[in-house]
Amino acid sequence: MSVELVSYGAFFLTIALTYAIMCLGLNVQWGQTGLFNVGVAGFVAIGAYVSAILTTPATESHLGGYGMPIVIGWLGGALAAALISFLIGALTIRLRADYLAIATFGVAVVVQLCALNLEPVTGGPFGIGFIPRPFAGLAGSPLAFSLLNLGVLIAVVAAVYLSLERLVRSPWGRVLRAIREDETAAFALGKNAVRFRLQAFAIGGGVMGLAGAVHAHFIGFVAPDNYVPILTFQVWAMLIVGGSGNNRGAILGAVLVWGVWTASAAAISVLFPPEQQARAAALQIVMVGLALCAVLLLRPRGLLGEVRVVSRYLDPSARRFPAQEIATDARKP
Amino acid sequence: MQSANRSATTQTDASVVEARDVTMRFGGLTAVGGMSIALRRGEILGLIGPNGAGKTTLFNLLAGSLKPTAGAIRLGGADISHEGPERRIARGLGRTFQIPRPFSEMTVLENVLTGGQAQAGEQIWSNFLRPGRVAAQETAAVDKARALLDFVTLSALEGEPARVLSGGQRKLLELARVLMADPDILLLDEPAAGVNPTLLEFIIARVMDLNASGKSILLIEHNMDVVARLCSRVVVMAAGKHLAEGAPAAVARDPAVIEAYLGDVA
Ligand SMILES: Nc1ncnc2c1ncn2[C@@H]1O[C@H](COP(=O)(O)OP(=O)(O)O)[C@@H](O)[C@H]1O
Ligand SMILES: [Mg+2]
Repeated sequence: MSVELVSYGAFFLTIALTYAIMCLGLNVQWGQTGLFNVGVAGFVAIGAYVSAILTTPATESHLGGYGMPIVIGWLGGALAAALISFLIGALTIRLRADYLAIATFGVAVVVQLCALNLEPVTGGPFGIGFIPRPFAGLAGSPLAFSLLNLGVLIAVVAAVYLSLERLVRSPWGRVLRAIREDETAAFALGKNAVRFRLQAFAIGGGVMGLAGAVHAHFIGFVAPDNYVPILTFQVWAMLIVGGSGNNRGAILGAVLVWGVWTASAAAISVLFPPEQQARAAALQIVMVGLALCAVLLLRPRGLLGEVRVVSRYLDPSARRFPAQEIATDARKP
Repeated sequence: MQSANRSATTQTDASVVEARDVTMRFGGLTAVGGMSIALRRGEILGLIGPNGAGKTTLFNLLAGSLKPTAGAIRLGGADISHEGPERRIARGLGRTFQIPRPFSEMTVLENVLTGGQAQAGEQIWSNFLRPGRVAAQETAAVDKARALLDFVTLSALEGEPARVLSGGQRKLLELARVLMADPDILLLDEPAAGVNPTLLEFIIARVMDLNASGKSILLIEHNMDVVARLCSRVVVMAAGKHLAEGAPAAVARDPAVIEAYLGDVA
């Protein structure tokens, strides 16, 4: 196997895993709690910009940079996104579900407009470049560089995954599930639905911010165009393909949908003459949409469905929803 | 206990939960209009009345799912009118719903576990900082939940999703779920409506058990036989108002009550 191929594979997986983090964040909000966030891109952008501002060297072209270590940037990005999610949630989470959706969409638009127009802070349309990459000193040997970066991403995804599993498969996660199923009944059982939903929304937003920060450090720059609604669409497609409510599904879906996305980009560059390629890029969205439809038709709960038993303290014989189970044909032997 | 003895002379002081002159309007409709009711410590009080009389609305007011347009809800002497349902169950006031509301996609066992109160594992940080405590509490909760499922004879179904349960089983599940919170006061909204005769007898026996174990129970029920067997006292509601009150046999003979019911049938 050629070095280029391995490097490319590592690079592909690295980027796919940054999406996996976004997807894990959305899974806390939507998969576990039923909070409809259609502004994923905005929360990702907050994490990305904050980390970029914190870690880049001092400059005239945007706020900062403060030249801090990458880890501080990532934590700062996650915290900023969690804090903003908390504030948005505190204002809207009591309202009906559709208002939250509208609010999150608004956040994404506002964040993008700020990124574009608040030039002294964000660098405006050109964004922020020269974001330090982990192991930049190794850039001379591409293989080691890409494998180490992949290792970092695997470690981050593993840490997020394990933390979320611990949290979601606990009494806390059980309350989220109960609220999602019937808020009135959960309330009558003493569960303060507003508090739990707010917590889930903030944690999910924080994870998305972390994803944005990590992503920014691997592509090396942030710009307003990175955080458009297509990103939100991709992350949603990933979660639905992998299996909403299942953290492993979120990771799997991210890798698969990113695979479809990059494969169709490659196919377009082969099949279309250069002058048409920009327009043909829209086919990438079509391909992801087709994959989404196929999964919804064949496995409505996604490739890995939600595990029914929430608590990890209970019998691990936790059965999965059979993928093709039809709701009315519920009784099992 | 002492205070209950001391104040047995006045009805209000002996009451564990009480609605005082409460009114609930939905737009132009007055579902409950100036209704008062007091549940005394240790009794099973029946609440009857024609359909649409406002009984379930009164339950929602007592349990906190609705806030009264006017009037007050008192629990153990304290005015709790402005507390939400999640605070009231912490004070020992538990309720079931007329139409059961199980968490359909969760297992029967986890439905019951959700009724647990003050679980460390419901705090985010405890799951990371005090995992031992969370695990110990959860293990104890599972034992308790299994005992409650046994109490309502649903043990065999503990791993099934709640949506597969029949209507009667859902009522039992809801009872087990609220019992998980150890309420002193139970508000049961038609616990025996629409269940088969065997299950009816079973539910009657269980309500008696719960009362014998010290719980004060307010029960909405249409079947006067059941009311007569369970309740020492009955309150009749009609058109959102207190209509009559007394021993079941006396209330059943009350012309005003008969007329209210006949009006309902007609
Ligand atoms: N949330 C609500 N919004 C509007 N009207 C309601 C609501 N809840 C109950 N009602 C009305 O209040 C009246 C009393 O209903 P309810 O308390 O359910 O009666 P009961 O339990 O005695 O049969 C009915 O006319 C019902 O339609
Ligand atoms: Mg009713």
